[in-house]
Amino acid sequence: MGNLKFVFFRLLGAIPTLLALICLAFFLVKAAPGGPFDMERSLPEEVEANLRAAYNLDDPLPKQLFKYIGDILQGDFGPSFQYRDFNVTELIMSGFPVSLRLGAAAILAALFFGALIGTVAALNQNTKIDYLVMFFGMTGISIPNFVMAPLLILLFSIFLNMLPAGGLGDGSINNMILPVTALAFPQVAYIARLTRGSMIEVLGSNFVRTAKAQGIPMQYIVFRHVLKPAFLPIVSYLGPATAAIITGSVVVEQIFGLPGLGRYFVQGALNRDYTLVLGVVVFYGCLIIFFNLLVDILYGFIDPKIKTNR
Amino acid sequence: MDKILSVDSLNVSFNTRGTIITAVNNLSFGLQKNEVLGIVGESGSGKSQTVLSLMGLLESNGAATGSAVFKNKEILGLPDKELNKIRGNEIAMIFQDPMSSLNPYVTIGQQMSGVLRQHSKDNKKEARDRCVEMLSAVKVPSPDKRIDGYSFELSGGMRQRVMIATALLTSPDLLIADEPTTALDVTVQEKILDLILEVKEKFLMSVILITHDLGVVARTCDNVLVLKNGIKQEYGDTEQIFYSPQAEHTQELLFKSRELDEPLQKTEPNIEPQTSASIKKLSVFFPLPKNNFFSKTEHLKAVNNLSFDVKEGEILGVVGESGSGKSTLARSILKLQKPTGGSISVFGENILRMNNKQTKKFRKNIQVVFQDPFSSLNPRMTVSEILAEPLDSFFPKTTKIDAIQTITGCLDDVGLGAGFLGRYPHELSGGQCQRVAIARALISKPKLLVCDEAVSALDASIRAEIIELLLKLKQHKKLTMIFIAHDLAVVKKICDRVLVMQKGILIEQGKTNTVFQNPANQYTKDLLDSVPVPDPRLEKEKYRKRLSNRN
Amino acid sequence: MNSREKNKSNSLLSDAWRVLKKNKAAATSAWAMVVMGLMVIFGPLVSPFALDQTDWYQISAQPGLASGHIFGTDDLGRDLFVRVMHGGRISLMVGLVATMVSVIIGVSYGAMSGFIGGKTDAIMMRAVDVLYAMPFLFFVILLMVFFGRSIFLIFVAIGAVNWLDIARIVRGQTLNLKGKEFVDAARTGGATTTRIVFKHIVPNLLGLVVVYVALTVPQVILVESFLSFLGLGVQEPMTSWGALVNQGARQMETSPWMLLFPGMFLATTLFCFNFIGDGLRDALDPKDRTRESG
Repeated sequence: MGNLKFVFFRLLGAIPTLLALICLAFFLVKAAPGGPFDMERSLPEEVEANLRAAYNLDDPLPKQLFKYIGDILQGDFGPSFQYRDFNVTELIMSGFPVSLRLGAAAILAALFFGALIGTVAALNQNTKIDYLVMFFGMTGISIPNFVMAPLLILLFSIFLNMLPAGGLGDGSINNMILPVTALAFPQVAYIARLTRGSMIEVLGSNFVRTAKAQGIPMQYIVFRHVLKPAFLPIVSYLGPATAAIITGSVVVEQIFGLPGLGRYFVQGALNRDYTLVLGVVVFYGCLIIFFNLLVDILYGFIDPKIKTNR
Repeated sequence: MDKILSVDSLNVSFNTRGTIITAVNNLSFGLQKNEVLGIVGESGSGKSQTVLSLMGLLESNGAATGSAVFKNKEILGLPDKELNKIRGNEIAMIFQDPMSSLNPYVTIGQQMSGVLRQHSKDNKKEARDRCVEMLSAVKVPSPDKRIDGYSFELSGGMRQRVMIATALLTSPDLLIADEPTTALDVTVQEKILDLILEVKEKFLMSVILITHDLGVVARTCDNVLVLKNGIKQEYGDTEQIFYSPQAEHTQELLFKSRELDEPLQKTEPNIEPQTSASIKKLSVFFPLPKNNFFSKTEHLKAVNNLSFDVKEGEILGVVGESGSGKSTLARSILKLQKPTGGSISVFGENILRMNNKQTKKFRKNIQVVFQDPFSSLNPRMTVSEILAEPLDSFFPKTTKIDAIQTITGCLDDVGLGAGFLGRYPHELSGGQCQRVAIARALISKPKLLVCDEAVSALDASIRAEIIELLLKLKQHKKLTMIFIAHDLAVVKKICDRVLVMQKGILIEQGKTNTVFQNPANQYTKDLLDSVPVPDPRLEKEKYRKRLSNRN
Repeated sequence: MNSREKNKSNSLLSDAWRVLKKNKAAATSAWAMVVMGLMVIFGPLVSPFALDQTDWYQISAQPGLASGHIFGTDDLGRDLFVRVMHGGRISLMVGLVATMVSVIIGVSYGAMSGFIGGKTDAIMMRAVDVLYAMPFLFFVILLMVFFGRSIFLIFVAIGAVNWLDIARIVRGQTLNLKGKEFVDAARTGGATTTRIVFKHIVPNLLGLVVVYVALTVPQVILVESFLSFLGLGVQEPMTSWGALVNQGARQMETSPWMLLFPGMFLATTLFCFNFIGDGLRDALDPKDRTRESG
């Protein structure tokens, strides 16, 4: 029963955050100077009255808030201002699958390659391999992905003509390679650095010395004693990594012309489509809160210190 | 009896950015079967590096030359693949810090079985059974539950038992113990040392025991190797080393360890000495972190219903092992910790009911010297700034000239000169830092001085100097002192009366001589008995008594 | 073995200097940044071209010494060198100012949380945990959409993105310092809480803060470039490296230099600050200060 209690309490902890996010979004709309209804062109009176009724703007504030929360929880983000024929929910649903493919691939790539590279570097500390990895790591975090992306296009699409320069095309993997690379690159670098540092620290700990004194060969020591504690910080980092990838997707989708959520977001921002922008932020926010919850729970199952307190 | 280990001309050196430092210099010694060899020396003597080189565990910038023949096989410089067949198998090693020597992320059982998987052909069940068996052999309670638990659930002594059990799994011929009990309480130390002797007999092992504590050597070792700066000073059997030491360094070490044997002339108090401080029913409870939101908060009872007086002009000792509450007590008296209950009255005033102004006046009269000389001084302040701070606080109207005079005066009092004024703490040695800390305490001209383990973190040689300094200052400045320590020898030497604490409770109090010679309480008796003294014959006696008590 | 460095003076500046000298990568980076700073300040002054000036004879021209356009020109005939230098001014200035904002917020939050301790600390740090995993940038963009794009807002918003790391580290160090005996000693020495905070805690935090200033500058420049790239940052006629990269990316098939020069300057700056920060962090690592005895 300890396990379920643990999950339950963690879930309980996430709910206030969720509510805080939604309330924040709501009040932002209310507080914005000029509000969603003060647009460049003035509306005919009846249209405005209709909109007012539709948005319950005449109701008291708390009632509006509850309706807003209720709507969101049912997945209704309201109509888009920019694309008159669509509501925000439809736009999100059309853009999200693309971003999901991109982002998930990027996270998995970042985790896999980052952890691998970092481990290799740590096990070969202060050798040429290590310096190479460290240099790569430094590059990865110093070259922004909106610089990397065009460079990749320049190299692979224009000069080498190996990969398409953008668009979804027929949905094949070829179209995903460059965008995923551009998106994942800084995270691969960061995770590699993180892994390396963490592994080096664990490799220097006293219990590794004990294992050596017990005659256990290095490869077993790494697998049985080092990997778990060394990878814990990476598990913790998954949350922020996802946030970074979501942020990066905005730019990558733009450059590669992928019709994902990030691109809608940018268009919305440039065109002052309040509801769309808000909807995307709330949507992604909820996603991240949920994801962090999963990571938190996962961590609790891996780290024995937390496990035994359950 | 055959020789199990023969070390010849061992040289261990380290290459730090081009400079070569020799840790062990041309060392030769031998070890017989079933012998306990003690390697003793101060810090920096190379004792650890000697055994680490044999085990192939030197740092990457270390190099060992010479020869080490174990069971007729040369093991020095052996490649890891070959060495792994021997270490953990025929030679086992346990380390100083049981806290960090076990992996907190892996169960005890997995760590222990790991050794068996490596060196034996046991299957999973067989391995597990052997581990449980070994855990109960070293007297770990509920071994079948502990085996699936983690190291952080165990106390220091228990963890060391687990380490010993792990070492024994392969029935090694040689057990190397590097300061195995230095980090443990004295009563726990006694049990672990006895355990080592017991398993040595049972398994017919040889043991190399590394320590800086001559009492431990006297208690456990057959032969002794004395090192200084990596060079062999003397080698001989225990009786010879302790009763007729030849080398100068050996004599020096013995002298230092026995220095504290002769108690000082205890100050005979006046007919009716004033009470400097009165502690009544003091309790300090700390809430423990809750398992979940709804469970009841448990408390750690650091100090539990303590009552005692401090008489003017005396040195009152407070002794106890870790967790006894002595530091919490000190902090409460110093008004650094708010008690949960009871009262503390210093110089007639209840300190728990003071406003800020009164508190400041109170602080002027009571000062403290802490344990760690380096962390009790702000690394970013010079010595003169450190000393000027209390001066500013308590005597704000002091002119600059007078201030410098006072500060320099205090520095002189503690044996440092004006040349130290501009220095920073990291430029000073441990002893010098502690002197500065004492000078700082004296600036306000206090009447009561609390020494919280003030000499525990110092090297043996420095310790004696600082103790002498404290006594001299007490005399000159007419101080009353509360002296907190876990080292019974120091307390015996300098304290007039002593308080014995265990787990927050006052076990016993009285005149030092009385308590030490005729302890009323069993715990005090155990505590006193378990301190190893550098006298082999005495120690053998005590050991025989303990064995017969057990049977 | 005793490995204690004999330092002549313990002041912060000399610490940092000594460290920098030893670490080749960091030292080179520091010099590179100095050169960069000089370039962006004086570059436009020595160039014969103005920021907005269109050279009708040299539209989208390749870099060349003959034409005087050493970095070439963009699709509107403007000299790229001058634009990159001006962009650098904005990027670096935003970098420094927004870093200050970040550092001030982060240090205050972290120090307060650590110093007050207890439940307040627990709550404040939980808040940081939650915020850490949020795509802060999204909120910043949201704010900009709703409240307009003043340069002031840009500074504050960017600064508000990066304070979390600093807050965490400062809080950790504050807790560490609070437990040190010299703080207790100051208290028994009659020091007031204010004095303890300013004389004992803060000076021992400064080393850490310097490291994180160096590490935050590149992050902040990155955020600004990101926003400018999206068209949400500085407005014309002002330009920054991010905006230049945006323009360059659109023209990269025909005029790759438009992408490469600002991209290179941006990447180099980030590189250098990261090296400097890394170097400082390695050296001011508290673990190096503990004494060893063999």
